[in-house]
Amino acid sequence: MPANTKYELKLGAATREAFGKTLAELGRENPNIVVGDADLTKSTMTTFFAKEFPDRLFECGIAEANMVAIGAGLAMAGKIPFVSSFSAFVMTKGFEQLRCLVAYPNVNLKVVGTHSGISIGEDGPSQMSMEDLALACALPNFTVLCPADEVSTKWAVRWAAAHHGPVFIRTGRPQAPAIYEAGAQFEIGKAVELVAGTDVTLVATGLLTAEAIKASDLLAAEGVSARVLDIHTIKPLDEEALARAARETGALVVAEEHLVDSGLGARVAQALARTVPAPVEFVGLTKFAESGSPDQLLDVYGLRAPNLVEAGRKALARKK
Amino acid sequence: MRKTSNPLDLAALSRQIRRHIISMTGAAKSGHPGGSLSAVEVLVTLYWDVLRHDPANPKWPQRDRFILSKGHAAPVLYAVMAECGYTPVEELNSLRKLGSIYQGHPDIRYIPALEASTGSLGEGLSLALGMALAARLDESPSRTYVMLGDGEIQEGQIWEAAMFGAFNKVDNVCAIVDYNKLQLDGAVKDILELEPLAAKWRAFGWHTLEIDGHDIPAIQAALAEAAATKGKPTCVIAHTIKGKGVSFMEGDPRWHGVTPNPQEVELALKELA
Repeated sequence: MPANTKYELKLGAATREAFGKTLAELGRENPNIVVGDADLTKSTMTTFFAKEFPDRLFECGIAEANMVAIGAGLAMAGKIPFVSSFSAFVMTKGFEQLRCLVAYPNVNLKVVGTHSGISIGEDGPSQMSMEDLALACALPNFTVLCPADEVSTKWAVRWAAAHHGPVFIRTGRPQAPAIYEAGAQFEIGKAVELVAGTDVTLVATGLLTAEAIKASDLLAAEGVSARVLDIHTIKPLDEEALARAARETGALVVAEEHLVDSGLGARVAQALARTVPAPVEFVGLTKFAESGSPDQLLDVYGLRAPNLVEAGRKALARKK
Repeated sequence: MRKTSNPLDLAALSRQIRRHIISMTGAAKSGHPGGSLSAVEVLVTLYWDVLRHDPANPKWPQRDRFILSKGHAAPVLYAVMAECGYTPVEELNSLRKLGSIYQGHPDIRYIPALEASTGSLGEGLSLALGMALAARLDESPSRTYVMLGDGEIQEGQIWEAAMFGAFNKVDNVCAIVDYNKLQLDGAVKDILELEPLAAKWRAFGWHTLEIDGHDIPAIQAALAEAAATKGKPTCVIAHTIKGKGVSFMEGDPRWHGVTPNPQEVELALKELA
């Protein structure tokens, strides 16, 4: 591939693994860090924390609502709790508790959803979260993060621990292509421009960020200069970077492993409607998926670089 | 505030709290008098006799905590906290009015001395367990008390929490069920029967007591037994009367969410004089 970007995108750690390991590091640094899990420690990777700090890991069994509420109680008594399960469970079964016990009183609880999106693969739709970002963004006081790789996940988890207030972090099951070098600096609510471009902007989050980088290479081969923005913070959204992109490139594509009607795309459209209206195309999910390998599903459900390229061409064609 | 263990003092305070509940809900023209009146003796005994708390230092980390999980009984909690000195007594009648610190359900944004914002039923026991686990990690003597409504424990999360509390031996938690036998739509036994209630809590691994929830010495004895019970949490099932203390309100489910009109307020206050 004629790469115009510097990114090799070699497979790195899964973002859930980066979460689990960072959590154990934080546990060593701060005795107030405690963890709740719902019979998935080996999957969410809170097992790293559990091994070192068994007294500070609260195994709640398969009872997510209770786990979220116990986490809220721990936070109200001065602890910094991280509660974790698959995004599909913690955000849906725990939603009412997140609304009333966490968002409304602005309680210092951190929620980490793992196995997000369809890239959990073989387990199928009951385990796949496609609406977790929508649910998290619907809660006032919540900061919502969706890191793309190991390095940005480590930052996200550390930022959440240091921030006073509720946070949702979305992580995934498969190994994620490495985008950032160790020590990369991030700022909450600030998009990262990974690739400079002038014709169209590819706005992406999570696993789709690497696909956006690949898509910018493919577009470059067609003579199209595509900017790539990594939106690691879904809320608060970097409206300034989006408005600038709309002004400078005139067309955008939003790509996410989430329902197109309620995730990043909807938020970007809302932001641009009140700043710099521009044509936007959306790459995301529109229906329940099925079993398959993560790679197969990303292909079949249209979450790959070629899908972004096609959307990019459409957006370009709509430019005045 | 002056703490007291004297049942006569606590009974007099209970009468005063009931007068506030009637005035407040009468002035608000909406709210939940019945389930507030049933909980009076338990809250008064907790706040004046049992809880280690300090209205002058509400965020004292080692304090005991109380969560009103049945948040709709906010009037009794507000009246008790005001009489303890946490909040102004003279503003109690602003209950439920725009801008009032006495919101429809307890809201820590308005009263930071509250332990929790409650109102969505079924959540307070889990919250109490979280606070108690934090106290255990900190080796703090702090105990957490939580009042549950009887109708409230129809919520499944209560039983998730009950399983967790006993399995993890969270013996610094005490749940008190305000078992007034009525809920909004009628008698608990006709809506979704809880019996055999004590057997359920025992089967879930809780040290379980049944008392008359208006008998102050019985409440004192039960809470002392709860504090002395190690290795398991305690559930006190307090048999109470909805609307207790006002003859025309007692045992009538209408007073779950209906407030007295000015004539009824006058009548009730006369009974509570």
